[in-house]
Order: sequence, then structure tokens, then C-alpha cells
Amino acid sequence: MNRRLFTWFLLTVALLFALLLALSFGSERLSIFDLSETQAAIFFDIRFPRVLLGACVGASLASAGASLQALLRNPLAEPYLLGVSNGAALGTMIAFVFFEQFVFARPLLAFAGAGLATFTVYQMARSRAGMNVERLVLSGVIVTTFLSSIIVLLTSLLDAARLRGFTFWLLGDLSQATMNGFYMTLAGVVIGAIVLTSQARPLNLMMIGERDALDFGVEVGRVRMIVFAMASLLVGTAVAASGSVGYVGLIVPHLVRLAIGSDNRLVIPFSAIAGAIFVVLADTVARTAIAPRELPVGAVTALIGAPMFIYLLKRS
Amino acid sequence: MLKARDISVWFGTRKVIDDVSLELEVGRIMVLLGPNGAGKTTLLRTLNRTVAITTGTIELDGVELSKLSRREIGRNIAVVAQENETKFPITVMEFVLAGRFTHGAAFGWESADDIRAAEKALELCDLGEYGGRMMNELSGGERQRVVLARALAAESKVLLLDEPTANLDLAHQALMFRLVRDRCRNAGASAIVITHDLNLASEFADTIMLLKGGTVYASGSSADVLTKENLAEVYDVQVLLDANPASGKVRVTTVF
Repeated sequence: MNRRLFTWFLLTVALLFALLLALSFGSERLSIFDLSETQAAIFFDIRFPRVLLGACVGASLASAGASLQALLRNPLAEPYLLGVSNGAALGTMIAFVFFEQFVFARPLLAFAGAGLATFTVYQMARSRAGMNVERLVLSGVIVTTFLSSIIVLLTSLLDAARLRGFTFWLLGDLSQATMNGFYMTLAGVVIGAIVLTSQARPLNLMMIGERDALDFGVEVGRVRMIVFAMASLLVGTAVAASGSVGYVGLIVPHLVRLAIGSDNRLVIPFSAIAGAIFVVLADTVARTAIAPRELPVGAVTALIGAPMFIYLLKRS
Repeated sequence: MLKARDISVWFGTRKVIDDVSLELEVGRIMVLLGPNGAGKTTLLRTLNRTVAITTGTIELDGVELSKLSRREIGRNIAVVAQENETKFPITVMEFVLAGRFTHGAAFGWESADDIRAAEKALELCDLGEYGGRMMNELSGGERQRVVLARALAAESKVLLLDEPTANLDLAHQALMFRLVRDRCRNAGASAIVITHDLNLASEFADTIMLLKGGTVYASGSSADVLTKENLAEVYDVQVLLDANPASGKVRVTTVF
């Protein structure tokens, strides 16, 4: 119990620290407590929404990853690798190209795209013999490449200026952050993380095995629907605002499990906070590593995540 | 307590269970025997509705099983099945506490009662010190006992056990059956057990049901069911029968 409280405390302090760090560092170094007028403009219009959005995106992707892993009984399940992020990206893109005038078209279609991709991968990966690691990962690859080709097809409809911004966004990019984007992702993460945490105990049973969970009284079908819906909501809102930031849902829950074990009642909420910290720090690196130019944050997370995926695959 | 009437199960165009009826009374142990593919596991799984029946009815305490929620079924019927290995590092205690899922709220933490029940179940299964160990570090036999402990921790009225002794050494096979019998005699539970060990069946069963090709070939006391003719017909083996000198129950020896 004390260890639990201590971890909460530690993570909260770490998050605050990461936020402060990210707000101070950038291509322009800012002292938060002493801002000139231009600096205040940079701070409140650009950096502030960007850092807050990064935190929400990280929390969304990590908690969605943690829950999908428990549900699919596979530590390699990750929104980006399963094609869920690409589903959301395609939805966002359709909204962007065809329904630009509706504000809510992007998150709504992103949510729909994420849900559809999740469902498709799940149906493909499941067989009569159950669901093994390789089958799931392969299904994810197929769905990802298929969706990517449609996305590429749609980009041919964009003009050159929008195309460049879009390419960056596809890789996972926080530079277009707005306060509206932040509010939307915040709403997503508050609903998503709370509902997912409420399903953590049944998820603990499902992590052992779906049949075991049925035997001991879990409404497996209902839990699966809730987790799919909430993971799609989280990934949808995150991708609509910042593109496909990859591997966050893989790296963060893995580290959290190493620290505190596999109980989803802790893993899901702790992953949310740790995910926020991770993306905020990764974006700080993306903004400063080759300043004054920038990397997309997705490139930084993939640089860390891809080797980790290989390590986890080897071990499983 | 648990009553199945005229149940059949079809998997596609194949009839796996063909018109089986059974009645499990309070305090009794029923053993299902039969060769591989006779439908034992399928029959067992219909009894907690994890396999759907095509025709027939199943009642738990007079209420039709199809009218009960998953949670209500899980509250009353605990299962011991072959465990499938999880890829996540979970402790023995976490695993056993899964058996307490239907006792509290669907979310939140286990109560002190839940912890006590889990600890007691581990103690009974000769796993007193194992609570903090990781599941994937245990041997096959130890894991099987953990699976039994989870079912005992559930404190349910009915136990369904699918080959619970397959990986156990001699001492723990006996322990497993003694624990199940104890639950039935003293705690008002009842159990249905699948096993391939004819002698364990003979010792511990109140009723034996011998299945062949999805139908009941013979049913009754061990003396009624474990006959030379039945075993030759169902298993296609020759056996010698005598009485176990310790218990007086039928003892089966295979002739090779």
C-alpha cells in the first residue's frame, strides 16, 4: 500500500518536473518566471499547448497500449504496430481532405478509423487455435501497410505546401499543437483512462486467459468491447491532434510492469502518467536535438521503441 | 444441485454430445471416464455454459443456466482446467485471487476476506509459502496445484475439474482428491471430475459416468461401471479386476 502511494507520488513529481523542463527548453531557452513580450508569445501560443498536448498524447497512447496488451494477452500489442494509429490517421486524413469545415470531423473519423482497424486486426489474428504473438503482429503489419497505401493515395489530392506538413504529421508531430487540440485530447484521456482503469480487474483475469476469465465470472465479450472502444477513443483523439507517434504504448507499459508488476489496476493509470512524461521528454529532445530545426517526435520514440520491440520479441 | 437433461452439442455438422443427462447431488463426486474424444471436456464445459448446448436444458439449483449471468455462474461453479501460460509476470497470489472475482465489486481491490480465502486455499494445496512466487517460475505440477487453489479460493458450490491430476506426483494426486472430497463432504459442495486414472476414479467417485462417442455408455457406482465388458468395449483393452486391499473398491489392472 505504501509502495503504491509512493509510486503515485514519485510519478506525479516526475511529471511536473518533466513539464517544467519541457516548457523551459526549446530552440529558444525560456525562463518561465521572467518572460519578455515576444517570449511570452512563444510560451503561451506555441510551447504551452505543445507540451500539454504531448502529455495527453503520451498518456492516451500508453494507457491504450497497456489495456490492449492485457486484453490480447500479448506484451507486443501496441496501437501503432497493430495499425490502430494508421486507422485513426486515415480517418483524420479523410476529414482533412473532404470535411475540413467541420471541427469535430477529425477526432470523430479518427475514432471511427481506429475502431475499424482494431476490429479488423482482432478478427484477422484470432483463429480456432487462439491468438499467438506472431499472428497478431503480422495482422498488424498487413493492416498498417494496407492503410498506408490508401493514405498515400489520398495525399496525391493535397497541394505541395499541405503535403509537407502532412508528412511530418504522419510520423507523429506535435508542432501544430493548439489549445483546442489539447482540450480534445484531454477529454479523451480523462474518459478513456478512467473507464479502462475501471475494467482493470476483469482485465487481470483475461490476461491469464479468456476461458479462465469466463470460468470465473467475467463478461469477456463486454469487457472486450469496452476496451476496444476506449482504446480507439484514446488513439483516435491522440492521432487526430498529433499524428501517429509510435511505440509509446509498447515502451511505457513494459517499464511500468518491470517496476510494479502486472496488476492492471496499477499498470493502466501508471502507464498514463509515465506515458505523459515519456512523450513530453521525447518531444523536448525532438525540439532541441538539431535546433533550430526540429524532428517529428515520432522519430524519437521510434528510435527508442524499435530496438525495444526486437528485444521483447526475442524474449517472448 | 446441477441437473442436465437430454443435452446435445453440435460443432458445425458434427454431433459431439448426443443426448446426455446427468444429475449431480449435493456432497457427491461424479467422475467422467472415457477415451480421448469421447466428449468429456465438452460435456464439462456445457455445465458452466462456456460451451453452448444445442438442445436440452441445464439447471443450477432449479434455475436454468441460460437465465444466469456469467457472474452468477462463476459465483456458483469453479473450474480447474489445464492452465494456459501467460506471457505476463504475475504472482501466485494474483493468480489465486482471480478466483475471488465474483465475491466483490467488479472493480476495486480485494477485501481482507478475499486475501484470507486465497491464503487458506494455498495452504491446503501445500503451497503455503508460494504466494509471492512468479507463476512462470513454477513446475507443471506446482502450477496445477495453484489452479486448484484458485478454484478452492472461490468457495463455490460446484467444482468442475478437467484432468486435475495429469501433472501431479503420487502424493499430490491423493491430496488433490482428498481436498475435493473434503469440500464435498464437509462444505456442501459437489464435484465433477474428468480423469484417465481408473483407480483414482474407483476410489473417490460416488458415481462414474463412462462416455463413448458423445453418449453415456454406462453410469452408476464404480462396481457397476468398471466391468471387464464395459472397459473392453469402450477402451478396447483387456483388464483384470480385483478389490483394493485397503479400501475394498474395484481395482483395475491393464493386461498388456
